[in-house]
Amino acid sequence: MTSVLELAGIDKRFGSVHALRGVDFALAPGEVHALLGENGAGKSTLMHVAYGLVRSDAGEIRVDGVTRRIPTPRVARALGIGMVHQHFTSVPALTVAENVALSAGWPGVPHEMRERTRLLSERMGLPLDPDQRAGRLSVSLKQRLEIVKALAGDARILLLDEPTGVLAPPEAELLLQMVRNFTASGGSAVLITHKLDEALLTADRVTVLRQGAVTFTGPVAGQTVESLAYAMIGGDPGLPLTGREAVRRSEPRSSRESIRLDALEVSRESGYGIALRRGSLSVRAGEIVGVAAVEGNGQRELLRAVAGRIAPLRGKLQVAKPVGFIPEDRTSEGLIPALSLTENVVLGLGNDGPWIHGGLIAWREAEARTAELIRDFEITAPGPGARAAALSGGNQQKLVVARELSRTPAVIVAENPTRGLDIAAAAAIHLRLRSAAAAGAAILFYSADLDEVLHLADRVIVLTRGMISEAPPGASRSEIGAMMLRAEREA
Amino acid sequence: MRALGWAVAAVALGLAVLFAGLEAAGFDAEAGLGALWLGAFGSWDAFTSSTLVRAVPLILIGLGISVAFRGGALNIGAEGQFYAGAIAATWVGLHLAGQPGAIAIGALLLTAAVAGLCWVAVPVWLKLRFGVIEVISTLLLNFVALSLVSFMVQGPLQERGRIYPQSDAIAEAARLPLLPGSRLHAGLVLAVAGGLVLWFLFARTLWGFRLRAVGMGPRAAEVSGRIDSQRVSAVALLISGAIAGVAGGVEVSGVSYALFQNLSPGYGFTGIAVALLGGLHPIGVVVAGILFGALEAGAGAMQRDAGIPAVAVYVVEAVVIIVALLATVPRGGWTGLRAVVRKRIAPGKAAG
Repeated sequence: MTSVLELAGIDKRFGSVHALRGVDFALAPGEVHALLGENGAGKSTLMHVAYGLVRSDAGEIRVDGVTRRIPTPRVARALGIGMVHQHFTSVPALTVAENVALSAGWPGVPHEMRERTRLLSERMGLPLDPDQRAGRLSVSLKQRLEIVKALAGDARILLLDEPTGVLAPPEAELLLQMVRNFTASGGSAVLITHKLDEALLTADRVTVLRQGAVTFTGPVAGQTVESLAYAMIGGDPGLPLTGREAVRRSEPRSSRESIRLDALEVSRESGYGIALRRGSLSVRAGEIVGVAAVEGNGQRELLRAVAGRIAPLRGKLQVAKPVGFIPEDRTSEGLIPALSLTENVVLGLGNDGPWIHGGLIAWREAEARTAELIRDFEITAPGPGARAAALSGGNQQKLVVARELSRTPAVIVAENPTRGLDIAAAAAIHLRLRSAAAAGAAILFYSADLDEVLHLADRVIVLTRGMISEAPPGASRSEIGAMMLRAEREA
Repeated sequence: MRALGWAVAAVALGLAVLFAGLEAAGFDAEAGLGALWLGAFGSWDAFTSSTLVRAVPLILIGLGISVAFRGGALNIGAEGQFYAGAIAATWVGLHLAGQPGAIAIGALLLTAAVAGLCWVAVPVWLKLRFGVIEVISTLLLNFVALSLVSFMVQGPLQERGRIYPQSDAIAEAARLPLLPGSRLHAGLVLAVAGGLVLWFLFARTLWGFRLRAVGMGPRAAEVSGRIDSQRVSAVALLISGAIAGVAGGVEVSGVSYALFQNLSPGYGFTGIAVALLGGLHPIGVVVAGILFGALEAGAGAMQRDAGIPAVAVYVVEAVVIIVALLATVPRGGWTGLRAVVRKRIAPGKAAG
């Protein structure tokens, strides 16, 4: 049987980085093909070649057995290839319907756009409000919009770049089910991921990339998490590969309360409605509390209120100082990419920096301290004077964490602390957070990855439509998933 | 260093285009550029009385604009703020006869600063209250200011004879001291000192650093730096307007001694080019201001001595602006620029 999409001997260099080393890849009709690899392994680059976003230095692309040149995404779409990007690619100021029409090239008749978008999204089991502005959608709805856009052009081949990275487990399962439906009705899909269990559960076949070369390709049957991890990392990484399966049963280490909420109400960030309803919570010094929630259930507002970034509507909120805050989006909220590492450290610490003397900044002191942080946190960087933009995502995140921990916080608030990081970088961040807790910090964090919540947290709270409920000690992954879903069903 | 390279390239390219254009139009380009040079730097008198006199308002306005741009606010209304300062300075200058010089000049400049600040306070209020983009509101207020000057010199501030559309001369006491034997006034000292002060503020103080941070990443400044970005941008805009107002006051107090229409040959717009060419760096702005002052000074000489219309030097200014804008294109090329524009237009929205 001919492959619907075949990439042969694809080679690509970016400057000194050899991103793809003669990669062969074949997508059979009707299959879900997982493309696995750590960050920087070349997964996205390979699919960008197929979608016409990156021109390869060597190699050939065949669609339905016919050799094709794909210089632009437009050509790819004409050949029936659709792509769902890792990043949001819609126009925030336009409505959902307008974004879909823009991407699919529909005529701009408002009524028709709305109707077609509504039908399309409902047919695929991905309902969306066609009149909502794209910029106002939650992260998971933005993701949904991206998928609807990719399919609007009658795609037969769907390339999904880490589609579940921002989703909570129930939403991720929904999405993967949608992918299966798509292939069952004759389409073919490539699922880029670094989640091994996702590949095992969803895919028919799997290809593993490591440092730009294929280390494994074949049917999923017979593969295990360990065998795929070995292909991905190329050796025993010395890290726990399978996450914890249930909430830890642990005793509080201290009686000192670091965070206390009493009947706290916080309005939605958008300004409309209540995000957190009469929430009560207590976190003790040295405790790590994880928040499990489906996107948009108030976790963002809860965390930002505790971090002092949003003023609560009413209720009591007591938080020990100083507070370290690790925001979700490192390049737009955690750092200013155009500034140097030193400047980014100064930005975060503001008046609290020891290098501030009467409103003046002693840059040399700040730089020396930044150099220390680079060393202590093993940040790979040319030096404290380098621009933050020059760092990889993992190292940028390490810088944010290093900065926030350097104020020896009594409370740490973290949103998706390892989002988009590879296993090694994520483990390094977890280690830092653990040792900060051991040193007496109370940690409140949220992760869209339930495995991460279970892995890191001493206690788990579930947020459903703004209501806090505590997962009992020993609660299993599926029990927590059910608690999160309950709200979704009711909603 | 990179900025310096771009600046030199911009000026060289501008002059090359002017040269080629003059040749193509049948002028004697060599003689023209020669006259330009002599008019700007040919003698002590040309340098002080022509080049530096024109450089002073350009430096001051350029400094003001760089404060706004650095703080994430696009002030396109320096021309209007300059005129607001000039009107107020004239009005106060007419009533200062008999005062000691220091007090008279101080009062005049302070009034000019307050006037410039008030002029830009309208766009600031519109932005904070209704979200009106300052690019539009500051730009439009320029036209209002021009009309106001026109009204003033034919109405309340018209000279006693009621013949000419200009004001009476301001009191002697309110005039800036001149460098002996030239028309260069003490405004130059003010401009250079302003550059040094701003340099210090940007480079060494937490206040200046926060202003820069807001300009480069308003979301991160808010979330990680706990800075009220809107407020900082508003303050930057107010300071920017005050400095442009001072420029108007200095022009009245040091050069014209009176208010009339076309007091500014577009200093408020050329000042944007000066700020960009100077890389928004205060010292760079001082140097760029002197360079543009030289171009303006040389233009007159070129017309007088080589018969080439003075407007030809606008070619140089235009090329410099385009190259300076290219220099601000981030490393990522045009895709990167799009990202920057998106952030400017919808800050925080894309971040969801």
